[in-house]
Amino acid sequence: MMDGDRQAGLAGRTIAFSVNGSEVEVTGDPMRRLADALRGELGLTGTKIGCNAGDCGACTLLLDGAQVCGCMVPVGQVAGREVVTVEGLEGTDGMNRLQEAFQRHGAAQCGICTPGMLMAATDLLASDPSPDRQAVMDALGGVLCRCTGYQKIVEAVLDAAAPTSVAAVAPEPGGYVGARVGRTDGFAKITGRAQFGADGFPADALWLRVVRSPQASAKVELGDFTEILSRPGIERVLTAADVPFNGFGIYPDIKDQPVLTDKVVRYRGQAVVAVVGTREAIDALDLADIPITYTPLPSVTGVVEAMADGAPQVLPDRPGNLLIDGRVRKGDAAAGFASAACVAEDDFRTAFVEHAYIEPEAGWARRVGDRIEITACTQAPYMDRDETANVMQLTPEAVRIVPTACGGGFGGKLDISVQPLVAVAAWLTGKPVATVYERPESMMSSTKRHPSTIHAKFACDRDGYLQACAMDAIFNTGAYASWGPTVAGRVPVHASGPYFVPNVENRGRAYFTNEPPSGAFRGFGVPQAAIAHECLLDDLAEQTGLDRLEFRRRNAIAVGQETACGQVLKASAGLGACIDALRAPWDAALAEARSLNAKGGRWKRGVGIGCMWYGIGNTSMSNPSTIRIGLKPDGRFTLFSGAVDIGQGSYTIVPQIVADALGVGLEHMDFVFGDTDLTPDAGKTSASRQTFVTGKAAELAGLDLRAQILRAANAGPDAAIRIEGGRLVVGEEGSVIDPARLPLRDDGFALMGEGTFDPPTEPLDANGQGVPYATYGFAAQVAVVDVDPKLGLVKVRRIHAAHDVGKAINPTQVEGQIHGGIAQGLGLALMEEYLPGRTENLHDYLIPTFGDMPEMDVILVEDEEPLGPYGAKGVGEPGLVATAPAIFGAVRHAVGVRVRQAPLLPHRLRELVRQKEGV
Amino acid sequence: MGAYLRPASLDEAIAAAGQGGWMLLAGGTDFYPARVGKPVRENILDITGIEELRGISDRGDAWHIGAGATWSDLRKADLPACFDGLKAAAAEVGGVQIQNAATICGNICNASPAADGVPPLLALSARVELVDRGGIEDMPLSKFILGNRRTARRPDQIVTGIRIPRRPAASKSAFYKLGARRYLVISIVMAACTLDSDENGAITRARVVVGACSEVATRIAGLEEALIGRQIGSGLADLVDHSHVAGLKPIDDVRATAGYRTEAAAEALRRLFDKLEGRE
Repeated sequence: MMDGDRQAGLAGRTIAFSVNGSEVEVTGDPMRRLADALRGELGLTGTKIGCNAGDCGACTLLLDGAQVCGCMVPVGQVAGREVVTVEGLEGTDGMNRLQEAFQRHGAAQCGICTPGMLMAATDLLASDPSPDRQAVMDALGGVLCRCTGYQKIVEAVLDAAAPTSVAAVAPEPGGYVGARVGRTDGFAKITGRAQFGADGFPADALWLRVVRSPQASAKVELGDFTEILSRPGIERVLTAADVPFNGFGIYPDIKDQPVLTDKVVRYRGQAVVAVVGTREAIDALDLADIPITYTPLPSVTGVVEAMADGAPQVLPDRPGNLLIDGRVRKGDAAAGFASAACVAEDDFRTAFVEHAYIEPEAGWARRVGDRIEITACTQAPYMDRDETANVMQLTPEAVRIVPTACGGGFGGKLDISVQPLVAVAAWLTGKPVATVYERPESMMSSTKRHPSTIHAKFACDRDGYLQACAMDAIFNTGAYASWGPTVAGRVPVHASGPYFVPNVENRGRAYFTNEPPSGAFRGFGVPQAAIAHECLLDDLAEQTGLDRLEFRRRNAIAVGQETACGQVLKASAGLGACIDALRAPWDAALAEARSLNAKGGRWKRGVGIGCMWYGIGNTSMSNPSTIRIGLKPDGRFTLFSGAVDIGQGSYTIVPQIVADALGVGLEHMDFVFGDTDLTPDAGKTSASRQTFVTGKAAELAGLDLRAQILRAANAGPDAAIRIEGGRLVVGEEGSVIDPARLPLRDDGFALMGEGTFDPPTEPLDANGQGVPYATYGFAAQVAVVDVDPKLGLVKVRRIHAAHDVGKAINPTQVEGQIHGGIAQGLGLALMEEYLPGRTENLHDYLIPTFGDMPEMDVILVEDEEPLGPYGAKGVGEPGLVATAPAIFGAVRHAVGVRVRQAPLLPHRLRELVRQKEGV
Repeated sequence: MGAYLRPASLDEAIAAAGQGGWMLLAGGTDFYPARVGKPVRENILDITGIEELRGISDRGDAWHIGAGATWSDLRKADLPACFDGLKAAAAEVGGVQIQNAATICGNICNASPAADGVPPLLALSARVELVDRGGIEDMPLSKFILGNRRTARRPDQIVTGIRIPRRPAASKSAFYKLGARRYLVISIVMAACTLDSDENGAITRARVVVGACSEVATRIAGLEEALIGRQIGSGLADLVDHSHVAGLKPIDDVRATAGYRTEAAAEALRRLFDKLEGRE
């Protein structure tokens, strides 16, 4: 009856059920999760797993027609029942009506939540064919999305029920830029075909699991692994001694984080050892059985402890726990403050924030001769290649990175995670090795947004013109450097806000602690700084008696003015236009708030504004992209782009740009994306750079190939290119080029166009003076909120977001980025706080759901950037930066409290209200 | 790996449970989240195959919620107004995926201090039906839940259902949940009530319960007494004062401070009555 019986009892027993109309049988453990059985045994990887705990809903499927989480149904319970997954939705013509609506509306970005959303919506539409907005939110409310801000998903479901006017778009060459072209990877993502990090493992792959430290700071002693290794199917326990070069890190000279622990762990979640074996053996293993002894060492929590005299030193080579101390100085800040009419000054704090991409880190590796190939989700294939090569002590060319679809990144998949682990394991075992992080493992081990402790001071004259600013931003960079230097470097550059300020004294520092490594997270510290400067601008508006929007309009930096770094903006500084576009909704919202609040009631209406700017691309560092587009002998084109699409849209935007530059429609193109063996380096998907940098390279590549074709046809610059029966017909004269008759290149192409772009920047001097970025994105957002002061609740009703994007290559994708940024900004403002050991799952760590999101009204301002492709610049991060300040400003307007700490949890807001009321 | 048994009859389940060593499983929505990344080694007695445990039925003197009944079953069931509070709680449990799988009996057996079902069930004076080889035991829910994740169920007993004693037709109920976000959220504070009234609308019997502010959801006896004789619709929220929540023992956790919870509990009670009376 007891141990062993479950297996024995089922050796002769199969569980039969129906999946998508077909009868299937599975054997094995009836307590295994249905989602695992579908994905593993039945190969139906369209059902995604985000948390294995019912917190995210990614695995939502239909069981006897009702939506359930596939991760919490024992396969033993489905005997004789009907299961429908995303693979069962398709109509005879491909996507069904709901799926087509998702594609037209841009309701899928990274795509990892899409199958779950579709299944929940299918359940709804079966019982309620014409739902209203609330019914859609109630039915889909159990599925989390981290990319879209939900609005386009709601609109897609409503559209599927009652078609609206959003039509599919199929432009002609010359009309791609600016068109709402559907995602090129949309079909794959919406039908469950797209392969994410955990979806395409070879059947014979070994599995790997990492044992992680439960302690933040401890000496580690590995026990005797003989018993573990004697278990059937367990092949190896990897330790630090197996890693050729046991250190990694973003900066070439800072490889401070071990792949596996050598003697000392410095944060809870640090990788200690990795166990490798068959899937069955690894699944049966309780990692707690692996003998490891942790002896606690003194620990440092938070920057105050890290900076204290005599603080324990986190890393042996980092005295005082200091990672970096950077400054930007312009003019004479002290004199500016002394002569100013109004001064505002205060302290601000923000917390660790978790990326919470719904796809946990996953991938696999195989050894091919003396090379290693890694297939994994990532934001940065070439960085992964070089980092893994260094860890393996191989040449970069001996490492191939094949990016899968990436189920969200937001900066968290810029650092390597699974890559060196599966690479070392595959190298040593000679077999393919795969791993999928569990949700708590992903959360405890991965990087976070830097917690900040900020002191800031701003001053203006009597007319509200800013005279001076000083900000001292101290960041908790955790146990290892990761992107700490980038954050501490970017913040002083941006800390004066998107305003002209003649006298600046900004400082950014980062200190080590025994907490998770802080890394890159959408905005690199700028969102934290914006909370501070926007609060102080509200203070100054109050002191000068100016309207808050008007105050910002007066100070909005414009072309011809100098930034804090002394860079004179030459073009595309559209903050003024953004603010002007918000004036009408601002005035209307203020009037509405007055009338609502005059009526009294439990909720108080408030309106706030936040402004931002953001340098596109790396800070004063080269970050080139190269794109190639080839013409094959059969008359088709192949686009080679290394810019991985993590949901932000580069697999669509880069082709759109190429199509217009080349003058050839996308139906004639094939795409090769991301593979480091096949595509040139287009840098990382980070710093809002892909549309601007890679997009420009794509334009140049398209123009290059076009010039070659026109030359071959002896045609003029405006000649149209038509493709007819594998031949190119060029210009009015109709010169015909048969690519099959052109001399073949070594790479098998008839012609190859190439473009490279590296945004022009200049180094910053000791005072931070120089040209850190070639261009900047700008935005202003107005938040309309209701506040319940008795319970400390905030309900964001509307966000009006005006963004200067230079040129919207694909307005649907741009809106999607802004919606998603607003969602993350709302989370940062109101609910997200990562606490090691306490919020390592998606029910204690809260991210916004359908029900938390406001109505979002996006206003696109196109102040074209001459350097960018067709005038475009980036928007990936700007969407997030202005949101929290706008919400905090609105809360202050509603109930009169200044918000100096994020997140503004209910108990914190209630405390502020109590203090104000003197309760 | 342990054993797995999914009997089709209650007798079979009772016989198995009597041997001991089994963990009972229904919706799985508390079971699996506690085992992320860990192998399942327990012997599992899965009761979802037992037809007679399904459904919600009128048994004359009481309503019976079977051990297999899910939150969605409850939301769809045709029930009198005294169930409005429990139905409102059902709509706040996780997302629809959870409501379709999770059972009401599982909620009380898991005995989380933040269990959404417990305050409204306590306010309905629910009784728990436990069965073993010796027969049926019927105990009040207030005696069944002993503490944080502790119940009075013996390992050989199966909770087969919850009995809700019949209430007068005029009985009304409500539920209020305070969380830090909408959908999929663990409560910071909950409040539930069931109020019976006479033909003149005067309250004759009151049960008022606050959840997530102590190890086990707590009846607010002082407030219950104060409600007797009052009219529903007369502004019951005005009766709530801080003395009513003084006995709660909330904790500080990631969701809120203890001080906030205590104050919010009083406010939640006011909102509860406003909701019941259709105000705001």
